[in-house]
Amino acid sequence: MREVYFYATCLVDLFFPEAGMAGIELLRSCGVRVIFPRGQTCCGQPAFNCGYWEEARAVARGQLALFPRDLPVVLPSGSCAGMLKTHYPDLFHGQPEEAAARALAGRVFELTQFLADELDLKLEDLGPPVKVTLHASCHAMRDQGVLDQPRALLKRLRNVELVELERERECCGFGGVFAVRDPALSEAMAGDKVRDACATGADLVLSTDGGCLMNISGTLERQGHGPATQHIAQFLWERTHVR
Amino acid sequence: MSAELEVDFLAASTRALGDPQLRRNFRRAMDGLMAKRAAAFADPDEWTRMRALGASIRAKNLLKLPELLERLELNLCKNGIQVHWARTTDQANQIVLDLLRARGVTALVKGKSMVSEEMGLNHFLEAHGVEALESDLGEYIIQLDGEMPSHIIMPAIHKNKDQIARLFSERIKQAKYTEEVDELTAMARTVLRRKFLEAGAGLSGVNFAVAETGTLCLVENEGNGRMSTHVPPLHLALMGLEKVVERLEEVAPLYSLLTRSATGQAISTYFNLISGPRGPGELDGPREVHVVILDNGRSRICQDPELRATLACIRCGACMNHCPVYTRIGGHAYQAVYPGPIGSILTPQVEGAGLRHELPHASSLCGACAEVCPVGIPITHLLIRLRREAGHVLPGSPVRGGGGARSRREDLAWRAWSWVVGHPGAYRAAVWCATRLWRLLPARAPVLEAWTRSRAKPRAAGASLQELARRKGVDHV
Repeated sequence: MREVYFYATCLVDLFFPEAGMAGIELLRSCGVRVIFPRGQTCCGQPAFNCGYWEEARAVARGQLALFPRDLPVVLPSGSCAGMLKTHYPDLFHGQPEEAAARALAGRVFELTQFLADELDLKLEDLGPPVKVTLHASCHAMRDQGVLDQPRALLKRLRNVELVELERERECCGFGGVFAVRDPALSEAMAGDKVRDACATGADLVLSTDGGCLMNISGTLERQGHGPATQHIAQFLWERTHVR
Repeated sequence: MSAELEVDFLAASTRALGDPQLRRNFRRAMDGLMAKRAAAFADPDEWTRMRALGASIRAKNLLKLPELLERLELNLCKNGIQVHWARTTDQANQIVLDLLRARGVTALVKGKSMVSEEMGLNHFLEAHGVEALESDLGEYIIQLDGEMPSHIIMPAIHKNKDQIARLFSERIKQAKYTEEVDELTAMARTVLRRKFLEAGAGLSGVNFAVAETGTLCLVENEGNGRMSTHVPPLHLALMGLEKVVERLEEVAPLYSLLTRSATGQAISTYFNLISGPRGPGELDGPREVHVVILDNGRSRICQDPELRATLACIRCGACMNHCPVYTRIGGHAYQAVYPGPIGSILTPQVEGAGLRHELPHASSLCGACAEVCPVGIPITHLLIRLRREAGHVLPGSPVRGGGGARSRREDLAWRAWSWVVGHPGAYRAAVWCATRLWRLLPARAPVLEAWTRSRAKPRAAGASLQELARRKGVDHV
């Protein structure tokens, strides 16, 4: 039986647990045994990005030890996956954990990447016709090379029409601490993203990343109209399973 | 530069965001440039190959920098080009002024040079009684308005046609108001043509300086570069010392990457290879050619194996064109000679990590800049490095002012965060509390307040995923 580690990420843990659960169920539906390391907290990216590497390392060291077996590590976030894959080797450069960080990097997957590339996921669409658009998370796209996979999965759903977002590759303005450190810039970016999302006429904006979702949904909610938002894992699961 | 300038990126960027005309101008211009670049690199394999080549050439050249600079000097001298070394911008300014004074030159015509902006040359010369007139159309426009460039290759990109029409009608003698681009260009040309003939010296930048041949390469689209370097009797070229390349054949791929990345052009309208003053029996060209090679912190940066990549930059501006921050605020808000992502890593290294600590934070770390950089500068990685430098003294770092922006409050916050998140039990307790008490947290609470000024307060789940997963029997280890 195929086994994977599931790394929930702190944002999913606290704000999108249903998306996390959906990710786990999707993996299980392919016959994968999902292992949830109990000691998981946060990948350390906020401190890493802000230049507080000692504090980030203190956190990351514990997380690095959660995946002792040579199994894939699957995350419902391109950004946190990028942290484990691309930035842990930087963070631990010259440290005793460097070799472990490099070894881990090779087996980190963003969820849709794992579902689309590594598994034979059957998706039978049980939902009514719906128009969705996909926000390509920057880190999923640029750290993980994930853009085609979520699209490919959505295309397997016959009642789902995927419409392209104008300036699909442009950041939504989340950027973690950036959103509260340079709030005027962040909200200008979010405002434009939301305008583009509304212009698609989609019912729903999907994303692989909780951070982008919080930013886009929060801006939409304040605006008071426009499409709903959902994590792609939850969407895929709910479309294919009657609750 | 700008020690007297009050540096406040947050305030300046907020002001820029509130200027709808500026935002429209940049959005339209940057969208156009992004589309042109994308069309110029339509084949992803070709792009990958070209970029790898460009990156390796630049990296190799920087590794051999001292040796290449010596060869460059030797071969420039052989070609009759006189070489002057300047450690600081003050020294560079003085060298230029001395050269002009010794020849009684009181009017200088300038082709585009970002190094001259770095030196604040125009102001310096003006203060010493020398008129320096910009001949690049964009530079001419902003000089008329007393502004700094807002983009490294399109200095007046923040202005639209109407704004330029108004400016010309106010500042050019006997100019009539017109919004016709051809007429506006003709007006500038009339002024500039006369100046090219009158000026005692012409000044230019340098895109690549070839060590093996002693050649200065100049990329331009308007022909003003050729006029500035060939018509006046004295040609002064300014270059940063990182501009040296070892071999002539290395110029071709870099040149192609430069024009494609900058404007989507396969080749620029003019490409000047300057290999010496007018020779005996030749009918044109300057009588003397001098090059000023400026350090201004570059050799210091070059010693650091990580930061050295900053110097690989060929000044195409693609990182700006693709930056979601730059495209919304333009270049002036950065209050630096080099704006956008490349400026946000370069400026703190030159001016001090503490002093310019806001610049590396002027990024959501989306990575669009590094993605399009034609020489593979890991810009996001270096932004983070300089964020570290702002708050911490990194042993062995050549960056000055490290730790200068250290904040006790931020230190404490990250230490507390690290302790909680570093202890799974404490983390779970914190998440348990958050799921139960989140709704009691006021939207105006510190930090959250910055989020909720334009967004609804996020809603925490009633139970965390860890609780949910345990309830649903997911295997915990």
